Amino acid sequence: MIGYLVLALFALFAVTYFMGRRRALTSVSGEISKLHSLPSHHGMFLGLAAAGPALIAVAIWSIATPGIESSIIKSRFAAELAGLGIPQVEAFVRDARAIAFGGLVGFTDATKEAAAIAYRSIHQTSIAIILALSAVLAAAGFYLAYSRIAPAYRARHVVERVLKIFLILCSVVAILTTVGIVLSLIFESLRFFQQVPFYKFLFGLHWSPQSAFTGAGTEAGAVDPNIFGAVPLFVGTLLITLIAMLVAAPIGLMSAIYLSDYASRSVRAVAKPVLEILAGIPTVVYGFFAALTVAPFFRGLGESVGLGVASESALAAGVVMGIMIIPFVSSLSDDVINAVPQSLRDGSAGLGATKSETIRKVVLPAALPGIVSAMLLAVSRAIGETMIVVMAAGLAANLTLNPLEAVTTVTVQIVTLLVGDQEFDSAKTLAAFALGLVLFCITLALNIIALRVVQKYREQYD
Amino acid sequence: MTDITSPIGVGPRVSGLHTGDAAKARLRGRYAAETRFKWIGAGAVALSALFLVLLLSTIVTEALPAFRMNYLTLPIDLSAAKVDPANPGAANYATIAQDALSAKFPGVESRQDRRLLRGLLSSGSGDILRRDIADDPSLLGKTVDYSFPLDDFADLYFKGLIADKGSDTAIATTVAPSGTTGDIEVTFGDDSIASLARGYGAIEENGVLRLTSGAASLFVALDGGMVKLTEISTAGGATVAKGTVLKPLDSNAAAAAGAAMLRVINTPESSRKISDKEIVWLDELKAQNLIQTRFNTIFFFTGASREPELAGIWGAVVGSFLTMIVTLAIAFPIGVSAALYLEEFATKNRWTTIIEVNINNLAAVPSIVYGLLGLAVFLNFFGLPRSAPVVGGMVLALMTLPIIIIASRASLRAVPPSIREAALGIGASKVQMVFHHVLPLAMPGIMTGTILGMAHALGETAPLLMIGMVAFIVDIPGGFTDPATILPVQIFMWADFPEAGFQQKTSAAILILLAFLVIMNAIAVILRKRFERRW
Repeated sequence: MIGYLVLALFALFAVTYFMGRRRALTSVSGEISKLHSLPSHHGMFLGLAAAGPALIAVAIWSIATPGIESSIIKSRFAAELAGLGIPQVEAFVRDARAIAFGGLVGFTDATKEAAAIAYRSIHQTSIAIILALSAVLAAAGFYLAYSRIAPAYRARHVVERVLKIFLILCSVVAILTTVGIVLSLIFESLRFFQQVPFYKFLFGLHWSPQSAFTGAGTEAGAVDPNIFGAVPLFVGTLLITLIAMLVAAPIGLMSAIYLSDYASRSVRAVAKPVLEILAGIPTVVYGFFAALTVAPFFRGLGESVGLGVASESALAAGVVMGIMIIPFVSSLSDDVINAVPQSLRDGSAGLGATKSETIRKVVLPAALPGIVSAMLLAVSRAIGETMIVVMAAGLAANLTLNPLEAVTTVTVQIVTLLVGDQEFDSAKTLAAFALGLVLFCITLALNIIALRVVQKYREQYD
Repeated sequence: MTDITSPIGVGPRVSGLHTGDAAKARLRGRYAAETRFKWIGAGAVALSALFLVLLLSTIVTEALPAFRMNYLTLPIDLSAAKVDPANPGAANYATIAQDALSAKFPGVESRQDRRLLRGLLSSGSGDILRRDIADDPSLLGKTVDYSFPLDDFADLYFKGLIADKGSDTAIATTVAPSGTTGDIEVTFGDDSIASLARGYGAIEENGVLRLTSGAASLFVALDGGMVKLTEISTAGGATVAKGTVLKPLDSNAAAAAGAAMLRVINTPESSRKISDKEIVWLDELKAQNLIQTRFNTIFFFTGASREPELAGIWGAVVGSFLTMIVTLAIAFPIGVSAALYLEEFATKNRWTTIIEVNINNLAAVPSIVYGLLGLAVFLNFFGLPRSAPVVGGMVLALMTLPIIIIASRASLRAVPPSIREAALGIGASKVQMVFHHVLPLAMPGIMTGTILGMAHALGETAPLLMIGMVAFIVDIPGGFTDPATILPVQIFMWADFPEAGFQQKTSAAILILLAFLVIMNAIAVILRKRFERRW
C-alpha cells in the first residue's frame, strides 16, 4: 500500500514537473530569455512543492508508525498483558502483527487473535490517515506553487537551496551513524552495568555467560555478576592479535620494501595483484581455510614433535589472521615508504651506502611514524576481525598465554551471545553490547593514536 | 692555491683503508648483507603469493567434486495402482522410489538391511519425483526410468572421498564356498590369504585371525557373488575362512585358481561412514550401469537443506542479490551526495571538519559493530523484521558509505579546477557546474569506488549474523522483507555442519562467491581503464 503511495507521489512529481515547465513557457509565450530561471527549474520547483512534503510525511510515518501501533495495542490489551515480562509482551505484539499481516501459523490463542484484529484495524486507520494527509499536502503544495510561477520568479534559487539541503542531510547520515553506534552501545551497556558492576566486567577473571541462568524460570531473578569477567577475552584477543602481527608485520613490511625499492616492473606487475587479491578475499573464506587446513596442519605438526595442540588453537587463528592483514600492512607501508623523498635516497647513495643500508638507516627512520601508524591500524583491524576467529578459535574462555591452546576473543563472544533467539533484555545479550562498546573504544583509540603519531612525528621534507 | 696542504698529506699515511684485506672483508660483508636483505624481501613477497596459491588451491580442489553429482536410474512404476491419476499429489513417491530400489536387490530381507538399502537414495527423492510429475503428468500410468539423486555418503563413495574404492586382485589358488547365502565357510587352496589378512590389521587369537570392523575389509568375489571374510583359521593345515555373503552366489562350486578375486578396502569399516554392505550394493548398481555422474543442478538451483545432497546455493544467491540492491540503492545516492557536499559546497569550518574526521573513523570501525547497531536500532527500536534483506542491506549500506564517500571525494578532487572555472565563467550556477560538468567527469572514478565498496559488502558476514540472517531458511526469498540468508553466511553455516558432504558444498559456495567478486573487480578495473581520464 505504502509502496503504491510512494510510486504515486513519484508519478505526481513527473506530471507536475511537465506542468510547471509548460506554465513557465506559456507565461512568456515561448521566449525563454524573458524567464529568470530555466523552464526545467520551474518544473522542478512545482514537482518538489507538490510531491516533496507528502514524501517527507510518508517517510516520517513509516518510521514512527510501528512503534505507535504497538504501543496502542499494548495499552488496549494492558489487562491481558499484566504480569508478563517485557520480552513476553514484545513477543505477544510481534505475534499479533504476524497474524494480522499473514505469515504466522500455529501458536495462536484467542487473545492474540483479538489483538491481531485490533492491530489490523489500527493499521488500516493509520494508512487512511497517511493517505489523506499526503493528498492534502500534495494539493496544498501544488496550489501554492502553481500560482507562484511567473517570469520573474526565482525558481532556480529555491530548487538549488532544496538540493543543497538534501546534500547536507546526506552528509549528516555519517554523523547519525556514529551517533547511532555510540548511543545504542552506551544505552545497552548501561543496562548491562545495572545488573553487573562494570569493574567486575572489566577486571573479572571468569567468563561463562552461558551458565548465567541455572534452570528455567530464573530469567527475572538475580544475575551472578561473577561470571561476566571479560579479562580472559581481552587476553585471548591480544594473544591472537599478537600472533597475527608477528606474521603480518615482517612479511608486510618486507614486501612493501621489496616492491617499492627492489622489484623490477614485471615482478611488481605480478606481486601487486597478488596482494590485492589477498586483500579482497572475504574473511569467511579465511575462516574456512583456517578451520579446514591450517588448524589440522598445526595439530599434526604439534603431534609429530610431541606437543599437544588444541584443534582450535590460537596459533592457527592468529596465523591466518596475519595472512589476511599482510596486504593491509604492505599497502599502507608502501604509501609511507614512497612518500620519503628521493633526495634522501640519492644523498645516502652518494655517501656510498648500499641500497639496503639506505633503506635501513635512512628510509625506514624517515618513514617510521607512518609505519608505526600503519601497524596500529593493522592491530585495530585484527582486534575487530570476526569471522576468522569465530570459525577457527575456540568458544571457551581460557585465561592463558599459550598459543597452542584454544582461546576466545571479544568478537567471538559477541557473535555467540547474539546468534540464536535470546530474550533481548537478558544480561547475556546485553553483555554483547558491553563487549561491543569496549571493541569500539579500543579501535577508535588506536585510530586516533595512529593519526596523532603521523601528525606529530612526521618529518616535513619539502 | 698550491700551498694549501691537505691534512691527509701530512700525517702518517694510512695505507689501504679502502684496499686492505680488512676493507675487502668489510665490503664483502656489506654486499652479502645487501643480497640477504634483497632476498628476505623477495621471500616475503613469495610467501604472500604462496599463501594465496595454497588458499585458492585448497578451495578449488575441495570444491570441484561438488559440481558433479551421482544419480541412480531406476525403473519406477507409476501405474494407476500406485499413483491415482486423478490426484497424483497424494501418492507416496518416497515408497515408490524405495520399492524400485528394493526390486533390484531381492535378497535383502531383514528390516535393518532394507532400511540401509533405502538409505542409499536421497531422502528427498520422493519430493523431487512428485515435483517432476506435477510438471509433467504425462509420466503417469506407465513404468519409466527415472534418475534419483544418491544419498550424500553414497555420492561421496563414488567420488572416492569417503573410502578408497579398493583394488581387485586375482586369488592364485582355488576357493571353495560352502553355501550361497548367509554365513558360509570358504576354503582356500593355500594360506596366502592368512598372511595378507595379518598385514591388513587382523587380530590373531588362538590361531584364528579375526577381521573386526577396525581392520581393513576383505571381500572375495566368486561365482557371481560377494563374500566378506570375518575370520580366517589356518588350523589343521587347511586355510578356512568364515564369511558373510553380501551378494548371493550363483552356486557353491569351487572357483579355479585365478578365477576368484580378492578386493581390499583399506579404510576400516568403523572409521568410514559407509558400511561394507552399502559398498557392495553400490558397486552392484554401478556394474549394472545405473549410476550416472552429471552436472549438479540441485546445488545451483535449490535452496538450503539439512541434507548435503539436496542443499543448494540459489536461495543464498538471491538473498545476496536482494541485499546488494538495497545496499546500492541507499549507499550510492547518499554517498555521492555527501561527497559532493563536502568536496564542492561545504565551506571549511568546524562542522565539516567534524564530518570528515567522523567519516574516516567510520571506515575503521569493525564491521561487527555495525551489526550491533543494526540489531539495536533497526530491529529493536524500529521493529523491522529479522533476517530480512532490507535490514541487511541497510546495515551494509551504512558500512559501505564511508568507502563510497572517500572514493567519490578522491574522484571529485581529481577533476581539474579549470573545468569548474570555465563552467562558472560562462554563467553556470554552482549547482549547474557541479551536476553538468564535475559530476559526469568524476563518475567513472565514483563508479569504480562504488563497485569496490559493493564487492567488500558482498563478502561481509559478521554484521549480518547479528541481525539474524544466519537463520536456516529453505525457501527462496521472494522480496525484500522475506527471511533470507546470503552467500557468505551460507558458507559460514555450511562450514559448521558436521556432514562430510557439506565440506565440498562450502568450498563450492566459496568458489561462487569468489567468482562474483572477481567479476565485480574486473568491471571496476575495466571502468577505470576505459573511462578514467588523467588530467
